[in-house]
Amino acid sequence: MIRVANLHKSFHAQKVLNGVNIEFATGKITTIVGTSGCGKTVLLKHLNALLLPDKGEVFVDSVDITTLGQRDLYQIRGKFGVLFQGAALLDSMTVFDNVAFPLREKTKMSESAINKKVPERLEQVGLGEMGHKFPAELSGGMKKRAGLARALIMDPEIVLFDEPTTGLDPVLATSIHQLIARTHADFGFTGIVVSHTIPQVFDISDYVAMLANGVVEEVTPPEIFRASQNPIVQQFIQGKTEGPIQVL
Amino acid sequence: MVSLLSRIGRVALDQIAGMGRLFLFLVAAVFQAFRPPAKIHLIIYHIKTIGVDSLSVVVLSGFFTGMVMGFQGYYSLRKFNAESWLGSATALGLLRELGPVLSAFMVTGRTGSAMAAELGTMRATEQIDALYSMAINPIKYLVSPRIIASLIAMPLLTAIFNVIGIFGSYVVGVGILGVSSGSFFSGMENSVVFHDVYSGVVKSVCFGLIITWICCYKGFNAPPMATGVSQATTESVVLSFVLILVWDYFLTSIML
Ligand SMILES: Nc1ncnc2c1ncn2[C@@H]1O[C@H](COP(=O)(O)OP(=O)(O)O)[C@@H](O)[C@H]1O
Ligand SMILES: [Mg+2]
Repeated sequence: MIRVANLHKSFHAQKVLNGVNIEFATGKITTIVGTSGCGKTVLLKHLNALLLPDKGEVFVDSVDITTLGQRDLYQIRGKFGVLFQGAALLDSMTVFDNVAFPLREKTKMSESAINKKVPERLEQVGLGEMGHKFPAELSGGMKKRAGLARALIMDPEIVLFDEPTTGLDPVLATSIHQLIARTHADFGFTGIVVSHTIPQVFDISDYVAMLANGVVEEVTPPEIFRASQNPIVQQFIQGKTEGPIQVL
Repeated sequence: MVSLLSRIGRVALDQIAGMGRLFLFLVAAVFQAFRPPAKIHLIIYHIKTIGVDSLSVVVLSGFFTGMVMGFQGYYSLRKFNAESWLGSATALGLLRELGPVLSAFMVTGRTGSAMAAELGTMRATEQIDALYSMAINPIKYLVSPRIIASLIAMPLLTAIFNVIGIFGSYVVGVGILGVSSGSFFSGMENSVVFHDVYSGVVKSVCFGLIITWICCYKGFNAPPMATGVSQATTESVVLSFVLILVWDYFLTSIML
């Protein structure tokens, strides 16, 4: 289980997170929604200590990771797979090598086993023929899928998805959602998804959380979220500029 | 008055903290370089990129520097009727001073700026975060191999610069100005001692370290946006140039 308690984070004078409290249920998919720039990526990066808070705690399996030293941190990070907003593939290597990278660096798996496992995973995300290409030669959607394959290659317990479908066409977005749902069914990871693609993303979510004005407003199952009387939630779902969310 | 003082104090503290981070970055990179497993394939790859990328500019600038030294040296030495010492003057100037410094400038411009831009882009596109999230130390993976590679490649490039420079001076002095070929080389042989070669090598190794250290640091810590990358590139080149000259002064003064 992951629990975030009273998390505060500022960059210079800008307050981004202002006392976030949230629990992510083990084995479930929780989706975080919120306006662009409200701090979703910043919140996500606190979960595996890519960023450290100004104040507050992050518990992963009841260990407060904000106080860990380097060595323990690397161990905790091993539990996570991360799909970054821009996929963040290493552009000096091919798609195949990118997906194989964690296996080569972090396991003693033989090259022949890698040559079997990686094409399998690339096939799963529909990139069976693309292994030899470099990231610069791929479209945005292909990069996201390659990033997904890399995020899942180590069979992590927890997977963070930062806007897996932003900027993709509706068909591709649905296929990515299906991919997340299918791999979740196969591997049973704890999924944390940041997304704007509402309402489609609700179909794969067990819980939805709303981040606004630096705090988490609501953590509920999607049906209840949609019917929520919370004015912030209603403003976001209906896409209005008037309301309690401060639009920059 | 108080606010002015506090502002000066804040700027000073920021500067000192910045220097501390710069130094700790080097300590971390050196520490990671000695921790197994060694990234031999990455080191070889970077020796190749540093060496091959910079080879053409080093050859070209070395040749012209040597030719200029041929003319200038001839002009000065003729006032003392000592044209026959042209070979010696060129070789000492190149080996001890101009070879290491100018080839370091060339490598900074060609490879150092590219390093800063590459790491800055990796920061901006979250590739460095991706390495952290895969529990891979990006300093060990990205910085240490580049530093080791530069320690090896830089003296080799400097040696090439020196040889080409001496050849350029020979072309001008012997080919155009009519210094005798025999005195050009015998003067060189008589006056150049091992210490001259050694001090040049020490300098080039230090400059190689300075270049990769500064350029990797600036790129690694670039603000995550396009302007951040260009700013990091510019700053890395300027700071490398300055530090090379400052360090050159210290090395020259202790190794004279
Ligand atoms: N490394 C950083 N340095 C300075 N400001 C940052 C940094 N990362 C994020 N921010 C700021 O924090 C705010 C939230 O960013 P982010 O979490 O990326 O938004 P989003 O919810 O769209 O993912 C933005 O205003 C951004 O400018
Ligand atoms: Mg974001």
